[in-house]
Amino acid sequence: MSATATDMPLPKARIRPGRILLWTVLFIGGMLMITPLLFMFSTSLKTAGQVYDLRLIPESPTLANYVQLLTENGFLRWFVNSTIVAICVTASNCFFDSLVGYTLAKFRFRGRQFVFIAILSTLMIPTEMLVIPWYLMSANFGWLDSYWGIMFPGMMTGFGTFLMKQFFETVPDDFLEAARIDGLNEFTIWWKIAMPLVTPALSALAIFTFLGNWTAFFWPLIVTTSKELYTLPIGLTSFAVEQQVQWEKIMTGAALATIPTLVVFLLLQRFIVRGVMLAGLKG
Amino acid sequence: MATTDTHPPDDQPAAPRLSMRVRRALWVWGFLALPVLFYSVIRFYPTLDAFRLSFTEWNLMRPPKFIGLENYREMFADEDFWQVFRNTFAYLIMGTPISLVVSFTIAYFLDKVRFAHNFLRALYFLPFLTTASAMAWVWRWFYQPAPTGIINSVLSQMGMGQMDFLRSTTWALPSIMVTAIWAGLGFQIIIFMAGLRAIPTTYYEAARIDGVGDWAILRKITLPLLKPTTVFLVVFSSIGFLRIFDQVYNMTNNDPGGPLNSTKPLVLMIYQTAFSSFQMGAAAAQTVVLFTILLIVSLLQLWVLRER
Repeated sequence: MSATATDMPLPKARIRPGRILLWTVLFIGGMLMITPLLFMFSTSLKTAGQVYDLRLIPESPTLANYVQLLTENGFLRWFVNSTIVAICVTASNCFFDSLVGYTLAKFRFRGRQFVFIAILSTLMIPTEMLVIPWYLMSANFGWLDSYWGIMFPGMMTGFGTFLMKQFFETVPDDFLEAARIDGLNEFTIWWKIAMPLVTPALSALAIFTFLGNWTAFFWPLIVTTSKELYTLPIGLTSFAVEQQVQWEKIMTGAALATIPTLVVFLLLQRFIVRGVMLAGLKG
Repeated sequence: MATTDTHPPDDQPAAPRLSMRVRRALWVWGFLALPVLFYSVIRFYPTLDAFRLSFTEWNLMRPPKFIGLENYREMFADEDFWQVFRNTFAYLIMGTPISLVVSFTIAYFLDKVRFAHNFLRALYFLPFLTTASAMAWVWRWFYQPAPTGIINSVLSQMGMGQMDFLRSTTWALPSIMVTAIWAGLGFQIIIFMAGLRAIPTTYYEAARIDGVGDWAILRKITLPLLKPTTVFLVVFSSIGFLRIFDQVYNMTNNDPGGPLNSTKPLVLMIYQTAFSSFQMGAAAAQTVVLFTILLIVSLLQLWVLRER
């Protein structure tokens, strides 16, 4: 092997055959990784008659499947539902996880350690253990089959709180003291002074929460019963089961569920990769 | 917020110490009021409730009846449960090592590539951003018999026999596992690459000067220094495989967990016990088992990291 980490500081690495081979192998591997996505998009642009033609570029691409799914099969509604749920939960997490993380990082008060350990310990509790009590609770309070029913379990998370606490600890106390002397109240200090200093962590939290809720399957499957309230993954499953072998329709549905996150990623690639690294290493 | 009422007017400097402490405490608990309520009602109470329900018989029709450890006794006597238990660990024991070895290999080499680095990285990372249930249908289509499924079409064009994939009791579980490994690979690669970047280059330079080869550098420097990253990913990925559900449910949904229960993981069993058979008590007992397994995995992580 020719390339090593010591090459990194060199401004220009020499081109060596080993390098070209390595690059080619990695490129082929990468293309294999996105093969399922390519075939999904390709098939979504085909008509029922062309599905058995396994060429990647459709002969006469058509958006008819997309139009049909969005207008006739309820995908538009599910799309809106998923967006509402994911945005509300993300906003709630960004607000409350930050507020709690900040309080735990920047205030000394009796019970602080207890609250921190209690919240941290919720990371040990798997969702699957809570769904039965959540279901009964929702049934009692009439939350079944409602937006709030889908959203309430995720409005705050121990992961987000822990992540934000880690980052608020790096904010210098002097900044906050200076603001206190200026007479700002504690809420304003948090919102106006501390929050802008942790935007990288905040965006990482937002990305993770949004992605997690956009793709969530288990709890929405349990809590929703009427088609009007399905989120996109649940709607897709019910649709795919109805369609049975109409794979071009099913692939269109899968594409509709995938496109938003892919578009966001392509727009914000560097940002997202950094966010994943941040959250993965600190969290 | 009620706490704003406690602000003394600025022209009252008398006893500022005490009032400031009280004021600060009011702010703190004002900030924490809703979260404390949330964690108590939505996390801790349900956790205790799950334990309590696991000692009851309850079909939602009649009030729950306390039956002691009967649910656990029945569960451990049930051959289906042990089949599911074996399946769950099959996902874990095959899935975690394979995905970690593959993702480390890719990360290790990807880290050395400069040309179009971001583009290559994006190719590997994209599947992480997909919806598991949607991709399950794509893979399910791939696994179909010949004229429909791509894999079998290619196999038959090359003159090889077709594979049954999702219809075979032997191959269905590995077929589903491949989907799950594929979906998680991008995340693991990114985390491994972050770990690799965090290793100071001076270590490598020193080793170079001493004439240490690439393989020795990998074994003696890179892997030991990467241990925290690796432990994190082992636990993260293990928990993921132990909780596998979306892929299995969508790829076998005409007979969830089939054929003949050969792909059914614990979470799917929980789902069916609770929401198809409505045996809430028995399902709660199964969730307690899942909780215990996950707790052991997490504690193992803490223990391994403490050894360092």
